[in-house]
Amino acid sequence: MGIIKTKGLVFEYIRRDEEGNVEGITRAVDEVDLDVKKGDFVAILGHNGSGKSTLAKHINAILYPTEGSVWVDGMDTTDEKELWNIRQEAGMVFQNPDNQIIGQVVEEDVGFGPENMGVPTEEIWERVEESLKAVGMYKYRKFSPNKLSGGQKQRVSIAGVIAMHPKCIILDEPTAMLDPNGRREVVRAVRALNDVEGITVLLITHYMEEIIHADKVFVMDKGKVAMQGTPREIFSQVEMLRQLRLDVPQVTLLAHELKKSGIDLPEGILTVEELTQELKRIYRQGEKAQVQ
Amino acid sequence: MSIILDHVNYVYGADTAMAVHALRDINLVIPDGQFIGLIGHTGSGKSTLVQHLNGLLRPTDGSIYFNGEDIHAQDYDKKKLRSKVGLVFQYPEHQLFEVDVFSDVCFGPRNLGLSRQETELRAYAALKQVGLEDDYFYQSPFDLSGGQKRRVAIAGVLAMKPDILILDEPTAGLDPKGRDEILDQIAKLKAETGITVILVSHSMEDVAKYVERIIVMNQGAVMYDDTPREVFQHYKELEAVGLAAPQVTYIMQALHESGIPVRTDATTITEASQEILRVMSDHRT
Repeated sequence: MGIIKTKGLVFEYIRRDEEGNVEGITRAVDEVDLDVKKGDFVAILGHNGSGKSTLAKHINAILYPTEGSVWVDGMDTTDEKELWNIRQEAGMVFQNPDNQIIGQVVEEDVGFGPENMGVPTEEIWERVEESLKAVGMYKYRKFSPNKLSGGQKQRVSIAGVIAMHPKCIILDEPTAMLDPNGRREVVRAVRALNDVEGITVLLITHYMEEIIHADKVFVMDKGKVAMQGTPREIFSQVEMLRQLRLDVPQVTLLAHELKKSGIDLPEGILTVEELTQELKRIYRQGEKAQVQ
Repeated sequence: MSIILDHVNYVYGADTAMAVHALRDINLVIPDGQFIGLIGHTGSGKSTLVQHLNGLLRPTDGSIYFNGEDIHAQDYDKKKLRSKVGLVFQYPEHQLFEVDVFSDVCFGPRNLGLSRQETELRAYAALKQVGLEDDYFYQSPFDLSGGQKRRVAIAGVLAMKPDILILDEPTAGLDPKGRDEILDQIAKLKAETGITVILVSHSMEDVAKYVERIIVMNQGAVMYDDTPREVFQHYKELEAVGLAAPQVTYIMQALHESGIPVRTDATTITEASQEILRVMSDHRT
């Protein structure tokens, strides 16, 4: 069994009008089966309202399934005894960095989590140091968080989660409010956590460029998993993604347009290097043809 | 009809130990009918700048003229200015509050003291301009999707009939389709009404696709002010200040370096694809 597993997960909520009468039931997550291996980098895509955040909130027991089950490292999330263990093992980072930082000083904020877990003081400081180093924010440890940029604040939020030594970390659109530089910093930090520390990552995003290195991509639509596969498999289906209100990275889109205009390119090109190589190959063939 | 900023400086908390020089000697002319992109990293002064354009902030030093009049002159009618320069803040859907969509959009024009009939006509026209279907008019704004809520909020500003529409990151947090829909709608609105649009954005791809002029802010000063094509040629300098060029610009650069003689100044997918096809077909024949 993987570190995160859901089986037949359904989540419904009841819509009420102003007087509190039931108007109807919305099925936000509908029969989702996920199995995430330890150490994987998993991306979840989906348009606004597709159920991806609702799904994510089940993984650290903020929401409980209406039907089906969710297990984190073998623990059933509905098991109240395990609640704090689950929250410690599956850390969550949200969209707005300003809503997640509470400390007056960066290092105090990062120490908040382990302190609440009852970690001895000595070890808290060790954890704070290693977490801040992991996200490249150690030299800002004495700063006040409100003096930091959005990307820096978001990395402090991530450090606060990893100081609790989670096995996996769930990031719900962590870059939506950041400028290009902030996005780069955060994505780099998240990839390093996965590569170096071996932490399982579940990244929810609307930026297609951020997930080309993921091991697996799930695309949600109407609460169901509509597509799953490697980034290459997913992004080679440009038209299908568009129907699901999504997009592909610009380089993939350019390759797709060129292919439609008759240039012999494979589908699912993900990086600038791949496209350059393919076009160079075709360009050389043209040269040879000319010589002959 | 234009806005002129003449040597505008702004200092937050002047005369205190916490003083921050947020705008430094800004000189800009914003003529009628342009589609302008305003970019800059977090804290570069973009939001401070746009808040000067409708008089929410008063420059520490320097002047701002709207249609030839100093907006901080003593007898200047600021209320009128704010109806002419419409500012849509980031996450504007948080400002919706009425019981239904139509009443929410009526709020602005009603406060201008217009008649009920004129108010309702304007609200109707504004909702049409943002492409919201009649079916939603009498729903609670809180039952709409993120993209729809945002359109309602934009309509609320359009109902004031502004000459200039400023949007602070109108697509933050929307899915790619939602992003395209909102921006297409704004481009269409601009084409139909000739309104001036200033788009504050962190997405270089979006800016490259829609605007005709880009103003780049860095540390409170204007760093570049030119067409997208020219601005994104400086992609190395942009990176140094926390920005970037659209991904296609990098693609063209990489192709050029690998020996394929493409021009490197494409900023949109269409331009790039045309340029590559041109070089490829020249080469074959």
